[in-house]
Amino acid sequence: MSTNKVIHALYNDDDILMDAVKKVKADHYHIEEIFCPFPVHGLDKAMGLAPTRLAITAFMYGITGLSVAIWLTWYTMIADWPQDIGGKPNFSWATNMPAFVPIMFELTVFFAAHLMVITFYMRSKIWPFKKAENPDPRTTDDHFLMEIPVDGNEDELKALLESTGAVEINVVEKH
Amino acid sequence: MYQFSGKLKMLAIALMILGALGTAYNFMSAPKTLEEAKEILAKQDAHHGGGHDVADSHGEEKAHAEEAKTEAHAEVEKHSEEAKTEEHAADSTATHAEEVKEELHADVDTDSAHVKDTHKEEATAHVVETKDAHADAAHAEEHEAHAEHAFHQMQNRPWAAFFVALLFFLGVTLLVLAFYAIQRVAQAGWSVVLFRVMEAITANMHYVSVIMLLFLIATAMHMNHLFPWMGEGVVDPTSPNYDAIIDGKKWYLNTPGWLMRSIFYLLVWNAYRFFIRRDSIKQDNGDLKLHKRNYNISVIFLFLFMITESMMSWDWIMGIDPHWFSTLFGWYVLATFLVSALTTIAFVTIYLRSKGALPFVNDSHIHDLAKYMFGFSVFWTYLWFAQFMLIWYADMPEETTYYLLRFNEYKLPFLAMVGMNFIFPVLLLINSDFKSIPWFVVIGGVVILLGHYVDLFVMIMPGTVGAQWGFGIGEVSGILFFLGLFIYATFSAFAKADPIAKGNPFLQESETYHYYNIEHRGEDSNHH
Repeated sequence: MSTNKVIHALYNDDDILMDAVKKVKADHYHIEEIFCPFPVHGLDKAMGLAPTRLAITAFMYGITGLSVAIWLTWYTMIADWPQDIGGKPNFSWATNMPAFVPIMFELTVFFAAHLMVITFYMRSKIWPFKKAENPDPRTTDDHFLMEIPVDGNEDELKALLESTGAVEINVVEKH
Repeated sequence: MYQFSGKLKMLAIALMILGALGTAYNFMSAPKTLEEAKEILAKQDAHHGGGHDVADSHGEEKAHAEEAKTEAHAEVEKHSEEAKTEEHAADSTATHAEEVKEELHADVDTDSAHVKDTHKEEATAHVVETKDAHADAAHAEEHEAHAEHAFHQMQNRPWAAFFVALLFFLGVTLLVLAFYAIQRVAQAGWSVVLFRVMEAITANMHYVSVIMLLFLIATAMHMNHLFPWMGEGVVDPTSPNYDAIIDGKKWYLNTPGWLMRSIFYLLVWNAYRFFIRRDSIKQDNGDLKLHKRNYNISVIFLFLFMITESMMSWDWIMGIDPHWFSTLFGWYVLATFLVSALTTIAFVTIYLRSKGALPFVNDSHIHDLAKYMFGFSVFWTYLWFAQFMLIWYADMPEETTYYLLRFNEYKLPFLAMVGMNFIFPVLLLINSDFKSIPWFVVIGGVVILLGHYVDLFVMIMPGTVGAQWGFGIGEVSGILFFLGLFIYATFSAFAKADPIAKGNPFLQESETYHYYNIEHRGEDSNHH
């Protein structure tokens, strides 16, 4: 794209926004981003976003946690220093396995939950001193904003957005 | 309206006839006299010994060890903790040192070589002892006692096989009823299109209740020996059968009380089923007053259900091992039946939908049922493990015998059950997409149902038939009979009413129910 111009179309209702998204997609415009104050059900599907793979990562982190727990209990309780503690059988990991289940469960959940959350932060690029990327403060309160890159057909696009019930349309130069 | 097809009816009747014949055969082939039982035992011993010789390297010791084992068996079945140790010592070889059972030995040492030695010594000591004892007349007497004990177990087997199947189908039907009541009380929006399916399944309640009643009466009349506390003279201090522990529990474990309680449970369940079905059909006219009444009686039923279900599990299942008790047993039994009930609902729903009888059931409804199957499989495992681990950890003899018997005599079903009821369904149904694919749900469901049958089997059999267990014609016939009855009751009831509970105020919500994550396969995607 030669210019860095984008159009910000603002809506004040999620149903109108959904219809607008479908219309814009039907006219083969690329939607760069949509800013909403709350999750709008079905928006990702209407925009054609790929489904998240976060659950798959969580499953793998869980398996990692389980492995760590098994290794930890085996190494400390069986291999390194197999003491007789209250008559619990320490001949092999399997003979004392029921006693290890609580920690196996907790570490599985711990790894799955925390690593998934960290993955989410990394993939979403969120961290404590991150500069907010909010194009319009109203989008955190009661407005929805659709950002569409302009690609030489500004008037046509503006007319289309006008017809979808946008309450405000701004052309913005992006840096 | 759904038409109960002739083919399915034929299948149901064929299953019932086959099951009844097999059960009758099983009753006839059980040993009638002590001599017959002894013959069977002798055959078993020959077979058992032969198998062991190949595997065992201690050829010389083996013959004696085998005898000691047989002897130990007799005591084990009297739930003697000591006997277990003895038996263990008797056939302990070097490899045994690695086994879980070893925890019983008080003299456990961290040095495993030492442990092996100790056991070998013990084993030898015991073998010598046995040899000496062999000469004694006392031993012959003990042998006789063992034969008689085994004879009772063999006589119990057809009864127990029938009882497991009966209890399984009764429990599943009961929990479908309870789940249905929960849906009404929770004012669930998704499940209204499944109401008639659940109602149809609970039509089985009347039939199994009648059979249960007959079974209870037969048991109370001492036609079987499933419940040891019912035995002759167990609460009579002058009798050789006197059992002080059971005597202490006779305020609860007595035949008249047991029978009255049992009849009360059956009455409560059948009464609710009768009223709710009648009013549910009446409600097809859209009367909201009826809806509220159905809500109210469901609340009352759930209250009574939680009490009767717990007590039912004590009376009908835990009573088989009257020396043993567990506080979470009622919930554990509940979890077993609840998973099976949800799987059953899913199966009947998937079948009826494939026949076009449930036009409003979409993949989201299947997804929800599968989610319940998944969730309650984990819940079952939680309770199973909570019960097992607490007993294993504290290892108090009077509690541990329960699991010791299961671990030694029922190792395969006991361990396979965990794979079937937990690992397999959890790994299969953890994927959101899989939960909405009917054939995946069916695969998971078949394993879940089999697994929970095994669970009930392992609850009932060790206390009734002990080491004389098997899975043969009798067990299969019991399942077939009740499966036929279930199919007959369910589908004939489903054909009798409108397949949609059309007067329910939540019907619209249920018809348009959609779980957002599911990609539609040939369904209308306009409802969000």
